[in-house]
Amino acid sequence: MAKLADIENEFIRQEIEEYIERPDERGHLIALYSKISPEMQTLAAGVIDGQHEAVDAGTQAALEDGVEALQIMDDGLIAGMAIVGIKFRENFIFVPEVLSCARAMKAGMKHIEPILSASGIEPVGKIIMGTVKGDMHDIGKNLCIMMLRGSGFEVIDLGVDTSPDDFIDAVEEHQANIVGMSALLTTTMPNMGRTIEAFIDADLRDDVKFMVGGAPVTPEFAEDMDADSYGDNAVECVEVAKRMIEEFEAEQA
Amino acid sequence: MSDLLNRINAGEILVSDGATGTYLQSNGLEPGGCPEEFNESHSEVVRQMAANYFAAGSDMVETNSFGGSRYMLAKYDHGDRVFDFNRLAGEHARAAAPEGHFVLGSIGPTGEFLEPNGTASEEEMYEVFAEQAKGLAAGGVDAFCIETMSDYAETALAIRAAKVTGLPVIATMTFDKGPRGYFTMMGITPAGAAEQLSEAGADIVGSNCGIAIEQMVEIVRAMREATDKPILTHVNAGIPKIEKGEIVYPHSPEHMAARIPDLIEAGANIVGGCCGTGPEHLQAFVNVVRE
Repeated sequence: MAKLADIENEFIRQEIEEYIERPDERGHLIALYSKISPEMQTLAAGVIDGQHEAVDAGTQAALEDGVEALQIMDDGLIAGMAIVGIKFRENFIFVPEVLSCARAMKAGMKHIEPILSASGIEPVGKIIMGTVKGDMHDIGKNLCIMMLRGSGFEVIDLGVDTSPDDFIDAVEEHQANIVGMSALLTTTMPNMGRTIEAFIDADLRDDVKFMVGGAPVTPEFAEDMDADSYGDNAVECVEVAKRMIEEFEAEQA
Repeated sequence: MSDLLNRINAGEILVSDGATGTYLQSNGLEPGGCPEEFNESHSEVVRQMAANYFAAGSDMVETNSFGGSRYMLAKYDHGDRVFDFNRLAGEHARAAAPEGHFVLGSIGPTGEFLEPNGTASEEEMYEVFAEQAKGLAAGGVDAFCIETMSDYAETALAIRAAKVTGLPVIATMTFDKGPRGYFTMMGITPAGAAEQLSEAGADIVGSNCGIAIEQMVEIVRAMREATDKPILTHVNAGIPKIEKGEIVYPHSPEHMAARIPDLIEAGANIVGGCCGTGPEHLQAFVNVVRE
């Protein structure tokens, strides 16, 4: 079994030592990082530290050195965001730090994305995200989108004040099978349920899974409106989305 | 010094008002409608709300201007109406205020992030707050209540912009309980907020929204240890739940009123309600405070 000392990069070792408290997560990250090259560990460290210029330059240098784009994304950028997500969930860092980490990841992804799409590599999954009709708040939704993109998902962002028809149109246009809905106001929360009803009326309910979240949204409320899953924060949002992908794969198998 | 601050300094416990948004929604505001537009289109509803809170015994009410910044109003295509909507908000509450009662000009978050994480420059955000504060001052407010804040830099800009009017400034932040204690979304603790907001020039600091009254007692206690400034707290009627498809705030006036002495003992000088509280809650608070 891999040990913390097997990870070359000192910054990454310290991050895991200091911030990753759950044994399962610690074990998973040690196993993950002990297989990652020193060069990619440095890149991941840049994401964790929110160093967008370093990640920008590091990604370009790795591509010039002949590292595969997919490997840079998985071993450098996504591995970095995995630690960022846990630190955020556990209150070691907050929204400002997450935004700067996301900015760093984006600086790397802008070199990776064109290569991946040109070579026809499929994203982990495709997700439609929007704040529901009548609600103009998007901070939480945007954090979720950053974390999802940081985990390799393609996200189509419908912005705020999204009508049920806009969700339906986006699902059809992009052939997506996961819809994420957000609301900050108790008064607009019921529009999540109305959106799900619109999918039933359009005979599309069975084609998609709904995940919901937002400050006043609770697991009970999610169940009440017949959503498929609830996420308490941006990290859980990614976990939920990954689980949904597994469920789709299991259904197809 | 203002009459408001004089009374607090003399040791009086004052009672603020209850929710605005939930009140307006039960009086015709569509879900997702622009609350500040009601200052123009439904002035009688807004005035009646203030009158109801004063009738319940509130010493002060807040104006219907929480989302009255240019950033927020622009989302409803009312970005050019900032001054008028805020002036009207002040005038409506003023018109309902009996002699010796106060009107607090409500200023909520902009919903924007400052550079480099967001796109707003400090100058631009300052101007946005200044524009709103001028409208409220023109409407006759006695003080400002900058509330539901999570970012220190944004709040400091709002305090600075509001201070230009010469009126007292209240600044309150919203905390959530996470695995490592109470923090705002941007990572500020109650003690940190009390210190920083005092330093930024707030005359009164405090906390509103986000959590139930039992937790608010802990927050006020932590703030009291960190500042000598008066503390205001606006508390939700609990965490919203679903009952028969309807969203309800679970805490009754009696439940909350029974815990008001704890809030005061923890160090609160002004107590009032946030989301889900109505005139009945405030009436119950007043009865406890006046005892």
